[in-house]
Amino acid sequence: MSIDQETVKHIAHLSRIELQPKELEKLSGQLHDILGFIDKISSLDIDKVEPTSHILPISNVLREDTPHVSLSPEKALENAPSRKGEFFSVPKIIE
Amino acid sequence: MELNQLTAHELLDKLARKEVALEALYGALYGRIQKTESKVRAYVRSEAARKTVSSSPGPLNGLPVTIKDNICTEGLETECCSKILKGFRPPYDATVIAKLKKSGAGIFPLKANMDEFAFGSSTENSFFGPTANPWDLGAVPGGSSGGSAAAVASDEAIWALGSDTGGSIRQPASFCGVVGLKPTYGRVSRFGLIAFASSLDQIGPITKDVEDAAILTKVISGYDPNDSTSVNLDVPDYTQSLVNDVKGLKIGLPKEYLVEGMDPEVKSIIEEAVNKLKSLGAVSKPVSLPHTEYAVPVYYIVATAEASSNLARFDGVQYGYRAKSDNLIEMYKKTRAEGFGEEAKRRILLGTFALSHGYYDAYYLRALKVRTLIKQDFDRVFNDFDCIVAPVSPTAAFKIGERSDDPLKMYLSDIYTISVNLAGIPAISVPCGFTKKGLPVGLQIMAKAFNEEMLFRVAHTFEQNTQWHKLKPKL
Repeated sequence: MSIDQETVKHIAHLSRIELQPKELEKLSGQLHDILGFIDKISSLDIDKVEPTSHILPISNVLREDTPHVSLSPEKALENAPSRKGEFFSVPKIIE
Repeated sequence: MELNQLTAHELLDKLARKEVALEALYGALYGRIQKTESKVRAYVRSEAARKTVSSSPGPLNGLPVTIKDNICTEGLETECCSKILKGFRPPYDATVIAKLKKSGAGIFPLKANMDEFAFGSSTENSFFGPTANPWDLGAVPGGSSGGSAAAVASDEAIWALGSDTGGSIRQPASFCGVVGLKPTYGRVSRFGLIAFASSLDQIGPITKDVEDAAILTKVISGYDPNDSTSVNLDVPDYTQSLVNDVKGLKIGLPKEYLVEGMDPEVKSIIEEAVNKLKSLGAVSKPVSLPHTEYAVPVYYIVATAEASSNLARFDGVQYGYRAKSDNLIEMYKKTRAEGFGEEAKRRILLGTFALSHGYYDAYYLRALKVRTLIKQDFDRVFNDFDCIVAPVSPTAAFKIGERSDDPLKMYLSDIYTISVNLAGIPAISVPCGFTKKGLPVGLQIMAKAFNEEMLFRVAHTFEQNTQWHKLKPKL
Protein backbone atom coordinates (compact mmCIF):
# COMPACT_ATOMS: atom_id res chain seq x y z
CA MET A 1 0.00 0.00 0.00
CA SER A 2 1.38 3.36 -0.91
CA ILE A 3 0.18 6.73 0.24
CA ASP A 4 0.27 9.81 -1.98
CA GLN A 5 0.30 13.48 -1.09
CA GLU A 6 -3.41 13.88 -1.87
CA THR A 7 -4.28 11.17 0.67
CA VAL A 8 -2.01 12.73 3.29
CA LYS A 9 -3.68 16.10 2.65
CA HIS A 10 -7.08 14.51 3.20
CA ILE A 11 -5.90 12.74 6.39
CA ALA A 12 -4.42 16.01 7.66
CA HIS A 13 -7.80 17.68 7.14
CA LEU A 14 -9.54 14.86 9.05
CA SER A 15 -6.92 15.27 11.81
CA ARG A 16 -7.44 19.07 11.85
CA ILE A 17 -3.74 19.77 11.31
CA GLU A 18 -2.64 22.43 8.85
CA LEU A 19 0.45 21.28 6.93
CA GLN A 20 2.88 23.54 5.08
CA PRO A 21 3.82 22.32 1.55
CA LYS A 22 7.32 21.30 2.71
CA GLU A 23 5.93 19.44 5.70
CA LEU A 24 3.39 17.67 3.50
CA GLU A 25 6.13 16.48 1.20
CA LYS A 26 8.39 15.25 4.00
CA LEU A 27 5.60 13.53 5.96
CA SER A 28 4.20 11.88 2.83
CA GLY A 29 7.57 10.30 2.11
CA GLN A 30 8.01 9.13 5.69
CA LEU A 31 4.47 7.74 5.95
CA HIS A 32 5.01 5.93 2.66
CA ASP A 33 8.11 4.21 4.08
CA ILE A 34 6.43 3.38 7.39
CA LEU A 35 3.38 1.90 5.64
CA GLY A 36 5.66 -0.11 3.40
CA PHE A 37 7.13 -1.69 6.51
CA ILE A 38 3.75 -2.13 8.20
CA ASP A 39 2.43 -4.01 5.15
CA LYS A 40 4.32 -7.01 6.51
CA ILE A 41 1.16 -7.98 8.41
CA SER A 42 -0.81 -8.42 5.17
CA SER A 43 0.97 -11.72 4.51
CA LEU A 44 -0.54 -13.48 7.56
CA ASP A 45 -3.62 -15.68 7.27
CA ILE A 46 -5.93 -14.23 9.94
CA ASP A 47 -9.40 -15.11 8.66
CA LYS A 48 -10.23 -17.27 11.68
CA VAL A 49 -8.55 -15.06 14.32
CA GLU A 50 -10.61 -12.91 16.68
CA PRO A 51 -9.38 -9.33 17.13
CA THR A 52 -7.94 -8.17 20.50
CA SER A 53 -8.73 -4.54 21.21
CA HIS A 54 -8.07 -5.00 24.87
CA ILE A 55 -6.33 -7.77 26.82
CA LEU A 56 -8.52 -7.85 29.94
CA PRO A 57 -11.54 -10.17 30.10
CA ILE A 58 -13.80 -7.30 31.21
CA SER A 59 -16.55 -5.54 29.30
CA ASN A 60 -19.50 -3.22 29.94
CA VAL A 61 -18.16 -1.85 33.22
CA LEU A 62 -21.04 -0.04 34.90
CA ARG A 63 -21.38 1.91 38.11
CA GLU A 64 -24.26 2.89 40.36
CA ASP A 65 -25.93 6.10 39.28
CA THR A 66 -25.28 7.94 42.52
CA PRO A 67 -24.71 11.69 42.71
CA HIS A 68 -21.26 12.80 43.81
CA VAL A 69 -19.22 15.96 43.86
CA SER A 70 -17.29 16.67 40.66
CA LEU A 71 -15.09 19.54 39.46
CA SER A 72 -16.61 22.94 40.04
CA PRO A 73 -17.19 25.07 36.91
CA GLU A 74 -14.56 27.48 38.22
CA LYS A 75 -11.90 24.74 38.47
CA ALA A 76 -12.89 23.18 35.15
CA LEU A 77 -12.53 26.55 33.42
CA GLU A 78 -9.24 27.51 35.07
CA ASN A 79 -7.14 26.42 32.10
CA ALA A 80 -9.40 27.75 29.34
CA PRO A 81 -7.56 29.89 26.77
CA SER A 82 -10.77 31.93 26.46
CA ARG A 83 -14.00 31.92 28.49
CA LYS A 84 -17.21 33.85 28.95
CA GLY A 85 -18.89 33.41 32.30
CA GLU A 86 -19.21 29.72 32.95
CA PHE A 87 -18.53 28.73 29.33
CA PHE A 88 -15.55 27.97 27.10
CA SER A 89 -15.46 30.59 24.39
CA VAL A 90 -14.67 29.78 20.72
CA PRO A 91 -14.80 31.70 17.42
CA LYS A 92 -18.35 32.19 16.14
CA ILE A 93 -19.76 29.07 14.40
CA ILE A 94 -23.18 30.28 13.16
CA GLU A 95 -23.52 33.58 11.30
CA MET B 1 27.78 8.76 50.66
CA GLU B 2 25.48 11.78 50.22
CA LEU B 3 21.81 11.45 51.15
CA ASN B 4 20.64 11.84 47.55
CA GLN B 5 22.75 8.81 46.57
CA LEU B 6 20.90 6.43 48.89
CA THR B 7 18.09 4.14 47.80
CA ALA B 8 14.54 4.86 48.91
CA HIS B 9 14.46 1.90 51.30
CA GLU B 10 17.69 3.05 52.96
CA LEU B 11 16.23 6.54 53.37
CA LEU B 12 12.91 5.16 54.66
CA ASP B 13 14.83 3.36 57.42
CA LYS B 14 16.73 6.53 58.32
CA LEU B 15 13.63 8.73 58.22
CA ALA B 16 11.71 6.27 60.40
CA ARG B 17 14.54 6.25 62.94
CA LYS B 18 14.73 10.04 62.67
CA GLU B 19 18.42 9.81 61.71
CA VAL B 20 17.73 12.04 58.72
CA ALA B 21 15.64 15.19 58.41
CA LEU B 22 13.58 15.64 55.29
CA GLU B 23 14.96 19.17 54.83
CA ALA B 24 18.49 17.75 54.69
CA LEU B 25 17.46 15.25 52.03
CA TYR B 26 15.83 17.98 49.92
CA GLY B 27 18.95 20.07 50.44
CA ALA B 28 21.12 17.23 49.11
CA LEU B 29 18.83 16.75 46.09
CA TYR B 30 18.78 20.46 45.20
CA GLY B 31 22.54 20.65 45.72
CA ARG B 32 23.04 17.79 43.30
CA ILE B 33 20.64 19.33 40.79
CA GLN B 34 22.52 22.62 40.95
CA LYS B 35 25.75 20.76 40.22
CA THR B 36 24.73 18.33 37.45
CA GLU B 37 21.40 19.38 35.97
CA SER B 38 22.97 21.71 33.40
CA LYS B 39 24.63 18.60 31.92
CA VAL B 40 21.82 16.06 32.31
CA ARG B 41 18.68 18.21 31.80
CA ALA B 42 16.43 15.56 33.35
CA TYR B 43 13.89 18.11 34.60
CA VAL B 44 11.72 20.65 32.82
CA ARG B 45 10.71 24.18 33.83
CA SER B 46 13.50 23.94 36.42
CA GLU B 47 14.27 27.64 36.24
CA ALA B 48 11.40 28.31 38.62
CA ALA B 49 12.58 28.23 42.21
CA ARG B 50 10.13 25.84 43.80
CA LYS B 51 12.33 24.67 46.61
CA THR B 52 9.46 23.56 48.74
CA VAL B 53 9.29 20.49 50.94
CA SER B 54 5.95 18.78 50.49
CA SER B 55 4.82 15.95 52.68
CA SER B 56 1.82 14.42 54.33
CA PRO B 57 1.75 11.88 57.17
CA GLY B 58 2.18 8.22 56.20
CA PRO B 59 4.67 5.34 56.00
CA LEU B 60 6.71 6.98 53.22
CA ASN B 61 7.59 9.79 55.65
CA GLY B 62 7.73 12.55 53.03
CA LEU B 63 10.25 10.83 50.78
CA PRO B 64 9.94 12.69 47.44
CA VAL B 65 9.03 10.93 44.19
CA THR B 66 9.95 12.44 40.81
CA ILE B 67 7.01 12.46 38.38
CA LYS B 68 7.00 12.26 34.58
CA ASP B 69 5.44 15.30 32.91
CA ASN B 70 2.42 13.33 31.59
CA ILE B 71 1.02 12.43 35.03
CA CYS B 72 -1.42 15.02 36.42
CA THR B 73 -0.34 16.76 39.62
CA GLU B 74 -2.92 19.18 40.99
CA GLY B 75 -1.83 22.78 40.58
CA LEU B 76 1.62 21.76 39.32
CA GLU B 77 2.27 22.29 35.61
CA THR B 78 1.84 19.12 33.55
CA GLU B 79 2.51 19.72 29.86
CA CYS B 80 3.52 16.31 28.41
CA CYS B 81 6.55 18.29 27.22
CA SER B 82 4.36 19.71 24.44
CA LYS B 83 3.69 23.28 23.40
CA ILE B 84 0.02 22.43 22.97
CA LEU B 85 -0.39 21.93 26.75
CA LYS B 86 1.52 25.09 27.59
CA GLY B 87 0.76 26.32 31.08
CA PHE B 88 -1.65 23.47 31.93
CA ARG B 89 -2.13 23.12 35.68
CA PRO B 90 -4.30 20.05 36.32
CA PRO B 91 -7.35 20.71 38.51
CA TYR B 92 -6.97 17.24 40.05
CA ASP B 93 -4.38 14.62 40.98
CA ALA B 94 -3.88 11.40 39.01
CA THR B 95 -4.85 8.38 41.12
CA VAL B 96 -1.19 7.35 41.49
CA ILE B 97 -0.40 10.82 42.87
CA ALA B 98 -3.32 10.65 45.31
CA LYS B 99 -2.09 7.21 46.42
CA LEU B 100 1.46 8.49 46.90
CA LYS B 101 0.23 11.41 48.99
CA LYS B 102 -1.98 9.11 51.05
CA SER B 103 1.09 6.96 51.76
CA GLY B 104 2.99 10.01 52.95
CA ALA B 105 5.24 10.49 49.92
CA GLY B 106 6.29 13.93 48.78
CA ILE B 107 5.68 14.95 45.17
CA PHE B 108 8.97 16.40 43.92
CA PRO B 109 8.15 19.90 42.62
CA LEU B 110 10.21 19.56 39.42
CA LYS B 111 8.81 17.26 36.74
CA ALA B 112 10.75 14.88 34.53
CA ASN B 113 11.44 15.41 30.83
CA MET B 114 9.97 13.04 28.21
CA ASP B 115 9.29 12.70 24.52
CA GLU B 116 6.26 14.84 23.65
CA PHE B 117 3.15 12.84 24.66
CA ALA B 118 5.53 9.85 25.22
CA PHE B 119 6.06 9.58 21.44
CA GLY B 120 9.64 8.40 21.17
CA SER B 121 12.48 6.21 22.36
CA SER B 122 15.11 8.87 23.08
CA THR B 123 13.57 11.93 24.86
CA GLU B 124 14.71 13.99 21.86
CA ASN B 125 11.08 14.82 20.96
CA SER B 126 10.57 17.08 23.96
CA PHE B 127 9.45 20.69 23.49
CA PHE B 128 12.08 21.55 26.13
CA GLY B 129 14.96 19.85 24.28
CA PRO B 130 16.71 16.53 24.89
CA THR B 131 17.89 14.97 28.16
CA ALA B 132 21.44 13.54 28.20
CA ASN B 133 22.47 10.09 29.36
CA PRO B 134 24.36 10.46 32.67
CA TRP B 135 26.82 7.75 31.55
CA ASP B 136 27.67 9.54 28.29
CA LEU B 137 26.43 13.10 27.87
CA GLY B 138 26.52 12.73 24.08
CA ALA B 139 24.11 9.79 24.18
CA VAL B 140 20.35 9.64 24.67
CA PRO B 141 18.89 8.43 27.98
CA GLY B 142 16.29 6.39 26.08
CA GLY B 143 12.63 7.27 26.13
CA SER B 144 10.05 8.23 26.50
CA SER B 145 10.60 8.35 30.30
CA GLY B 146 14.20 9.53 29.75
CA GLY B 147 13.98 12.37 32.28
CA SER B 148 12.79 10.04 35.05
CA ALA B 149 15.54 7.47 34.32
CA ALA B 150 18.32 10.07 33.98
CA ALA B 151 17.24 11.83 37.20
CA VAL B 152 17.41 8.55 39.16
CA ALA B 153 20.70 7.45 37.55
CA SER B 154 22.38 10.79 38.29
CA ASP B 155 21.10 10.91 41.90
CA GLU B 156 19.03 14.00 41.11
CA ALA B 157 16.05 11.91 42.25
CA ILE B 158 15.57 9.14 44.82
CA TRP B 159 12.98 7.31 42.73
CA ALA B 160 10.55 8.19 39.98
CA LEU B 161 7.38 7.34 38.10
CA GLY B 162 7.34 6.86 34.35
CA SER B 163 4.82 5.46 31.88
CA ASP B 164 5.30 2.59 29.45
CA THR B 165 3.28 2.18 26.24
CA GLY B 166 5.87 0.30 24.14
CA GLY B 167 8.96 0.21 26.37
CA SER B 168 9.05 3.77 27.70
CA ILE B 169 10.01 2.71 31.25
CA ARG B 170 12.16 -0.36 30.55
CA GLN B 171 14.28 1.02 27.69
CA PRO B 172 15.39 4.25 29.46
CA ALA B 173 15.97 2.22 32.66
CA SER B 174 18.21 -0.08 30.62
CA PHE B 175 20.05 2.82 28.92
CA CYS B 176 20.64 4.60 32.25
CA GLY B 177 21.57 1.56 34.37
CA VAL B 178 18.58 1.67 36.74
CA VAL B 179 15.56 -0.56 37.45
CA GLY B 180 12.27 -0.04 35.59
CA LEU B 181 9.01 -1.96 35.78
CA LYS B 182 6.00 -2.00 33.48
CA PRO B 183 3.19 -3.52 35.53
CA THR B 184 0.44 -5.74 34.09
CA TYR B 185 -2.17 -3.78 32.13
CA GLY B 186 -4.91 -3.05 34.69
CA ARG B 187 -2.66 -3.30 37.75
CA VAL B 188 -2.18 0.48 38.13
CA SER B 189 -4.89 3.08 37.52
CA ARG B 190 -4.40 5.23 34.43
CA PHE B 191 -6.73 7.96 35.74
CA GLY B 192 -4.84 11.23 35.37
CA LEU B 193 -2.18 9.78 33.07
CA ILE B 194 -2.57 11.88 29.94
CA ALA B 195 -3.46 9.14 27.47
CA PHE B 196 -1.25 8.04 24.58
CA ALA B 197 -2.62 4.57 23.72
CA SER B 198 -5.31 3.55 26.21
CA SER B 199 -5.07 -0.22 25.66
CA LEU B 200 -1.28 -0.22 26.18
CA ASP B 201 -0.35 2.55 28.68
CA GLN B 202 0.74 1.68 32.23
CA ILE B 203 2.42 3.78 34.92
CA GLY B 204 5.37 2.18 36.71
CA PRO B 205 8.44 2.83 38.88
CA ILE B 206 12.01 3.74 37.90
CA THR B 207 14.34 3.11 40.85
CA LYS B 208 17.90 2.45 42.00
CA ASP B 209 17.22 -1.15 42.98
CA VAL B 210 14.58 -3.88 42.87
CA GLU B 211 13.49 -3.42 46.49
CA ASP B 212 12.57 0.23 45.78
CA ALA B 213 10.60 -0.89 42.72
CA ALA B 214 8.67 -3.40 44.86
CA ILE B 215 7.82 -0.74 47.47
CA LEU B 216 6.70 1.84 44.90
CA THR B 217 4.66 -0.68 42.86
CA LYS B 218 2.75 -1.72 45.97
CA VAL B 219 1.87 1.93 46.72
CA ILE B 220 0.54 2.81 43.26
CA SER B 221 -1.28 -0.46 42.42
CA GLY B 222 -4.92 -1.38 42.87
CA TYR B 223 -8.47 -0.96 41.68
CA ASP B 224 -9.75 2.54 40.95
CA PRO B 225 -13.41 3.27 40.18
CA ASN B 226 -12.17 6.15 38.00
CA ASP B 227 -10.41 3.72 35.63
CA SER B 228 -12.76 1.08 34.29
CA THR B 229 -9.77 -0.93 33.01
CA SER B 230 -8.13 -1.19 36.43
CA VAL B 231 -8.63 -4.64 37.88
CA ASN B 232 -10.20 -5.44 41.23
CA LEU B 233 -7.60 -7.87 42.54
CA ASP B 234 -5.78 -7.78 45.86
CA VAL B 235 -2.34 -6.16 45.70
CA PRO B 236 0.29 -8.45 47.24
CA ASP B 237 3.02 -7.08 49.47
CA TYR B 238 5.71 -7.23 46.81
CA THR B 239 8.53 -6.91 49.35
CA GLN B 240 7.67 -10.50 50.34
CA SER B 241 8.88 -11.55 46.87
CA LEU B 242 12.38 -10.21 47.48
CA VAL B 243 13.92 -13.60 48.16
CA ASN B 244 17.38 -14.58 46.98
CA ASP B 245 16.34 -17.80 45.27
CA VAL B 246 15.69 -18.87 41.69
CA LYS B 247 16.38 -22.58 42.18
CA GLY B 248 14.36 -24.73 39.81
CA LEU B 249 12.64 -21.79 38.08
CA LYS B 250 12.02 -22.40 34.39
CA ILE B 251 13.24 -19.57 32.20
CA GLY B 252 12.34 -19.31 28.52
CA LEU B 253 14.76 -17.69 26.09
CA PRO B 254 12.89 -16.51 22.99
CA LYS B 255 14.93 -17.61 20.00
CA GLU B 256 13.42 -14.86 17.82
CA TYR B 257 14.99 -12.20 20.07
CA LEU B 258 18.63 -13.18 19.92
CA VAL B 259 19.12 -12.92 16.20
CA GLU B 260 19.74 -10.34 13.49
CA GLY B 261 20.19 -6.65 14.22
CA MET B 262 21.48 -7.23 17.70
CA ASP B 263 24.73 -5.66 18.87
CA PRO B 264 27.11 -8.63 19.52
CA GLU B 265 28.40 -6.95 22.68
CA VAL B 266 24.87 -6.62 24.10
CA LYS B 267 24.18 -10.21 23.07
CA SER B 268 27.14 -11.54 25.01
CA ILE B 269 26.22 -9.46 28.09
CA ILE B 270 22.70 -10.94 28.01
CA GLU B 271 24.10 -14.46 27.58
CA GLU B 272 26.35 -13.94 30.58
CA ALA B 273 23.36 -12.75 32.63
CA VAL B 274 21.43 -15.89 31.68
CA ASN B 275 24.42 -18.00 32.71
CA LYS B 276 24.42 -16.20 36.05
CA LEU B 277 20.77 -17.14 36.64
CA LYS B 278 21.59 -20.72 35.64
CA SER B 279 24.50 -20.84 38.06
CA LEU B 280 22.02 -19.78 40.77
CA GLY B 281 19.85 -22.80 40.02
CA ALA B 282 17.41 -21.64 37.33
CA VAL B 283 16.78 -23.86 34.33
CA SER B 284 16.69 -22.23 30.91
CA LYS B 285 15.45 -23.47 27.56
CA PRO B 286 14.90 -21.83 24.18
CA VAL B 287 11.26 -20.99 23.48
CA SER B 288 9.52 -19.62 20.42
CA LEU B 289 7.41 -16.48 20.09
CA PRO B 290 6.78 -16.97 16.38
CA HIS B 291 4.88 -13.71 15.72
CA THR B 292 7.62 -11.46 17.13
CA GLU B 293 8.46 -10.03 13.70
CA TYR B 294 4.91 -8.62 13.43
CA ALA B 295 5.00 -6.81 16.78
CA VAL B 296 6.49 -3.52 15.52
CA PRO B 297 4.02 -3.12 12.63
CA VAL B 298 1.05 -4.09 14.84
CA TYR B 299 2.18 -1.69 17.53
CA TYR B 300 2.59 1.26 15.19
CA ILE B 301 -0.98 0.74 13.92
CA VAL B 302 -2.69 0.12 17.27
CA ALA B 303 -0.74 2.74 19.23
CA THR B 304 -1.06 5.48 16.61
CA ALA B 305 -4.76 4.75 16.02
CA GLU B 306 -5.46 5.12 19.73
CA ALA B 307 -3.21 8.18 19.94
CA SER B 308 -4.94 9.93 17.05
CA SER B 309 -8.22 9.50 18.88
CA ASN B 310 -6.88 10.47 22.33
CA LEU B 311 -5.13 13.58 21.02
CA ALA B 312 -8.29 14.91 19.37
CA ARG B 313 -9.01 16.68 22.66
CA PHE B 314 -6.12 19.09 22.13
CA ASP B 315 -7.93 21.66 20.06
CA GLY B 316 -7.33 24.97 21.80
CA VAL B 317 -10.71 25.07 23.54
CA GLN B 318 -10.41 23.68 27.08
CA TYR B 319 -6.74 24.07 27.98
CA GLY B 320 -3.28 24.81 26.71
CA TYR B 321 -2.23 26.67 23.60
CA ARG B 322 -4.64 28.37 21.18
CA ALA B 323 -3.70 29.94 17.84
CA LYS B 324 -5.45 33.14 16.83
CA SER B 325 -8.22 32.83 14.24
CA ASP B 326 -11.79 34.05 13.65
CA ASN B 327 -12.84 30.74 12.16
CA LEU B 328 -13.36 27.67 14.37
CA ILE B 329 -12.03 24.99 12.00
CA GLU B 330 -9.07 27.18 11.09
CA MET B 331 -8.42 27.78 14.81
CA TYR B 332 -8.30 24.00 15.39
CA LYS B 333 -5.98 23.43 12.44
CA LYS B 334 -3.57 26.23 13.32
CA THR B 335 -3.56 25.37 17.02
CA ARG B 336 -2.65 21.77 16.24
CA ALA B 337 -0.15 22.74 13.52
CA GLU B 338 1.67 25.13 15.88
CA GLY B 339 1.17 23.15 19.10
CA PHE B 340 2.24 19.62 18.10
CA GLY B 341 5.82 18.63 17.30
CA GLU B 342 6.81 16.64 14.23
CA GLU B 343 6.60 13.14 15.75
CA ALA B 344 3.16 13.87 17.22
CA LYS B 345 1.90 14.98 13.80
CA ARG B 346 3.39 11.90 12.15
CA ARG B 347 1.66 9.57 14.61
CA ILE B 348 -1.69 11.37 14.49
CA LEU B 349 -1.65 11.19 10.69
CA LEU B 350 -0.64 7.51 10.65
CA GLY B 351 -3.32 6.60 13.20
CA THR B 352 -6.02 8.61 11.45
CA PHE B 353 -5.09 6.87 8.20
CA ALA B 354 -5.30 3.39 9.80
CA LEU B 355 -8.79 4.20 11.14
CA SER B 356 -10.12 5.99 8.07
CA HIS B 357 -12.78 4.79 5.65
CA GLY B 358 -11.39 2.28 3.17
CA TYR B 359 -8.29 1.42 5.24
CA TYR B 360 -9.79 0.32 8.58
CA ASP B 361 -10.07 -3.39 7.69
CA ALA B 362 -6.67 -3.64 6.03
CA TYR B 363 -4.82 -1.89 8.85
CA TYR B 364 -6.57 -1.43 12.18
CA LEU B 365 -8.75 -4.56 12.24
CA ARG B 366 -5.96 -6.70 10.81
CA ALA B 367 -3.53 -5.38 13.43
CA LEU B 368 -5.98 -6.27 16.23
CA LYS B 369 -6.13 -9.83 14.89
CA VAL B 370 -2.36 -10.17 14.74
CA ARG B 371 -2.28 -8.78 18.28
CA THR B 372 -4.29 -11.87 19.29
CA LEU B 373 -1.60 -14.11 17.76
CA ILE B 374 1.15 -12.24 19.63
CA LYS B 375 -0.72 -12.63 22.92
CA GLN B 376 -1.28 -16.36 22.27
CA ASP B 377 2.48 -16.82 21.72
CA PHE B 378 3.05 -15.66 25.31
CA ASP B 379 0.12 -17.68 26.73
CA ARG B 380 1.63 -20.84 25.27
CA VAL B 381 5.10 -20.19 26.72
CA PHE B 382 3.75 -19.33 30.19
CA ASN B 383 1.96 -22.70 30.32
CA ASP B 384 5.39 -24.28 30.77
CA PHE B 385 7.71 -21.51 31.96
CA ASP B 386 7.86 -19.21 35.00
CA CYS B 387 9.33 -16.29 33.13
CA ILE B 388 10.95 -15.15 29.90
CA VAL B 389 14.35 -13.50 29.85
CA ALA B 390 15.41 -11.25 26.97
CA PRO B 391 17.31 -8.10 26.06
CA VAL B 392 15.53 -4.75 26.54
CA SER B 393 17.00 -3.18 23.43
CA PRO B 394 19.19 -4.42 20.56
CA THR B 395 21.87 -1.82 21.43
CA ALA B 396 23.08 0.27 24.35
CA ALA B 397 22.27 4.02 24.33
CA PHE B 398 22.79 5.61 20.91
CA LYS B 399 24.09 9.09 20.18
CA ILE B 400 21.84 12.16 20.36
CA GLY B 401 20.74 12.92 16.79
CA GLU B 402 21.79 9.51 15.44
CA ARG B 403 18.26 8.27 14.72
CA SER B 404 16.14 11.40 14.94
CA ASP B 405 15.83 11.83 11.16
CA ASP B 406 14.79 8.26 10.51
CA PRO B 407 11.49 7.47 12.28
CA LEU B 408 11.40 3.87 11.05
CA LYS B 409 14.85 3.13 12.47
CA MET B 410 13.75 4.69 15.77
CA TYR B 411 10.59 2.53 15.81
CA LEU B 412 12.67 -0.62 15.29
CA SER B 413 14.65 0.07 18.46
CA ASP B 414 11.48 -0.91 20.39
CA ILE B 415 11.48 -4.43 18.98
CA TYR B 416 12.04 -6.29 22.30
CA THR B 417 9.72 -4.22 24.46
CA ILE B 418 6.48 -3.65 22.57
CA SER B 419 5.19 -7.25 22.49
CA VAL B 420 4.86 -7.04 26.28
CA ASN B 421 2.46 -4.09 25.98
CA LEU B 422 0.48 -5.76 23.19
CA ALA B 423 0.08 -8.87 25.37
CA GLY B 424 -0.60 -6.79 28.51
CA ILE B 425 1.92 -8.72 30.64
CA PRO B 426 4.38 -7.25 33.19
CA ALA B 427 8.14 -6.91 32.57
CA ILE B 428 11.11 -5.44 34.41
CA SER B 429 14.52 -4.15 33.32
CA VAL B 430 17.41 -4.71 35.72
CA PRO B 431 21.07 -3.64 35.16
CA CYS B 432 23.14 -6.59 33.89
CA GLY B 433 26.40 -5.20 32.55
CA PHE B 434 28.26 -2.50 30.64
CA THR B 435 29.62 -2.18 27.12
CA LYS B 436 33.33 -1.51 26.58
CA LYS B 437 32.46 2.16 26.14
CA GLY B 438 30.93 2.16 29.60
CA LEU B 439 27.24 2.22 28.69
CA PRO B 440 24.78 0.22 30.81
CA VAL B 441 22.78 -2.75 29.47
CA GLY B 442 19.54 -4.01 31.01
CA LEU B 443 18.13 -7.50 31.30
CA GLN B 444 14.41 -7.84 30.64
CA ILE B 445 12.34 -10.34 32.59
CA MET B 446 8.71 -11.00 31.63
CA ALA B 447 6.02 -12.97 33.46
CA LYS B 448 2.38 -13.82 32.94
CA ALA B 449 -0.32 -11.25 33.74
CA PHE B 450 -0.56 -10.22 37.44
CA ASN B 451 2.58 -12.14 38.38
CA GLU B 452 4.80 -9.16 39.24
CA GLU B 453 5.99 -11.25 42.20
CA MET B 454 7.92 -13.51 39.82
CA LEU B 455 9.67 -10.46 38.31
CA PHE B 456 10.69 -9.10 41.71
CA ARG B 457 11.97 -12.52 42.80
CA VAL B 458 14.10 -13.16 39.72
CA ALA B 459 15.32 -9.54 39.39
CA HIS B 460 16.17 -9.31 43.10
CA THR B 461 18.07 -12.59 43.03
CA PHE B 462 20.04 -11.47 39.99
CA GLU B 463 20.77 -8.10 41.58
CA GLN B 464 21.87 -9.56 44.92
CA ASN B 465 24.39 -11.74 43.12
CA THR B 466 25.83 -8.99 40.90
CA GLN B 467 27.24 -5.51 41.47
CA TRP B 468 25.94 -3.63 38.40
CA HIS B 469 23.25 -1.66 40.24
CA LYS B 470 25.82 -0.20 42.62
CA LEU B 471 27.87 1.57 39.95
CA LYS B 472 27.30 5.31 39.52
CA PRO B 473 28.09 7.58 36.57
CA LYS B 474 30.82 10.19 37.01
CA LEU B 475 29.33 13.60 36.43
